[in-house]
Amino acid sequence: MLTPEEWGIVALSLKVGGVAVLVSLPLAFALAWLLARGRFPGRVLLDALVHLPLVVPPVVTGWLLLLAFAPAGPIGGWLESWLGVSVLFRWTGAAVAAGVMALPLMVRAIRLSIEGVDRRLEQAARTLGAGRWRTFATVTLPLSLPGVIAGVVLGFARALGEFGATITFVSNVPGETQTLPLAIYAALQTPGGEALVLRLAGISVLLSLAALVASELIARRAGRGLHVL
Amino acid sequence: MSFDVDVAKRMGEAEIACRIEGGDGLTVLFGPSGAGKTSVLNMVAGLVEPDRGHVRVGGEALFDAALGVDLAPERRRAGYVFQEPRLFPHKRVRANLLYGWRQGAGAVDVDETIALLGLAALLDRWPRTLSGGEARRVAIGRALLSNPRFLLLDEPLSSLDRARREEIMGLIERLRDALGLPILMVTHDRAEAERLGNRIVEI
Repeated sequence: MLTPEEWGIVALSLKVGGVAVLVSLPLAFALAWLLARGRFPGRVLLDALVHLPLVVPPVVTGWLLLLAFAPAGPIGGWLESWLGVSVLFRWTGAAVAAGVMALPLMVRAIRLSIEGVDRRLEQAARTLGAGRWRTFATVTLPLSLPGVIAGVVLGFARALGEFGATITFVSNVPGETQTLPLAIYAALQTPGGEALVLRLAGISVLLSLAALVASELIARRAGRGLHVL
Repeated sequence: MSFDVDVAKRMGEAEIACRIEGGDGLTVLFGPSGAGKTSVLNMVAGLVEPDRGHVRVGGEALFDAALGVDLAPERRRAGYVFQEPRLFPHKRVRANLLYGWRQGAGAVDVDETIALLGLAALLDRWPRTLSGGEARRVAIGRALLSNPRFLLLDEPLSSLDRARREEIMGLIERLRDALGLPILMVTHDRAEAERLGNRIVEI
């Protein structure tokens, strides 16, 4: 049904989205934890910064990423001199853009679930001899897991749909940075590309639908009190 | 083994102060709602830090403002039965009971405790399926199995019907007489306090 080239686009999209979400998950959890539990000056500012990619035009986010990851930029220079790599025009750059755009959604979902954990249960664990880490691993984490999974699914769906920041940051390179939305855009610009647009758009809808259904099923499971761990 | 507690803490407008000395057996902390009884238990357990004073159990300082001693809750070995059962909702009764067991040096026998509290039939149940009295018994069992050096009981008889109250009261009497652990129990019920307490501290 799909040509090898089209399968390549789908595979690249899944790889970019998957890597973006998995790499940003620890950061998202740490930020969610800080925002839910931390009391420090600048918390409101951090909250705003985390949410920025949600409200700033994606093209601006892409441009800022370009400045930061350019060979002369603060992160790009560091990557170049220490690791000898660059993410520009590479699928890794597409993953960076997708991860940054997915981060606020993941942080929101995870933060809500951490805030929902009854801290009295953590106190009970402490009096029963569990230190901070064991309390975290055996009480806080399992009880917030439904939110973590919802955040991952939501973030993955957002990463699959990423367009503006990606095309600004790493351009539209077939086989390297051309994910589904970028391929659809390219096909739209090509005379006679309508059939390809239709097929790729269909795949996009199916993938997004699958992610939403998965997230709904997890939420219901959690709502019934059946825990994932 | 006995309590030697002298703590004070300012909480909002009120100051909570409490002094307990020579507390062998079961000491009842008695007073009206809002007097800060639960806060005193939290200070003994290490969940709330007093502004000043000390908490010693069996001669060992768990907290001493003057000496800068403040043991973390997990190192105090308190068997704390909270007013609400606080069972872990994602663990079955068995896993709840054994949560603190690993750290214990095996002073309390698991099977004996399960038998004593009548928990054998509940082991595979989820906490949300338990009645109030069942959950309370599991919470008591969980605290006992953590091999505590002392017990803290916060209104262990509240929100139970008459039959369950009688049952839990008998159980507390047995614990008091059989285990030899110092027990600090909070209640606002005079009859309960007089029946169970070796001494009553009013707050």
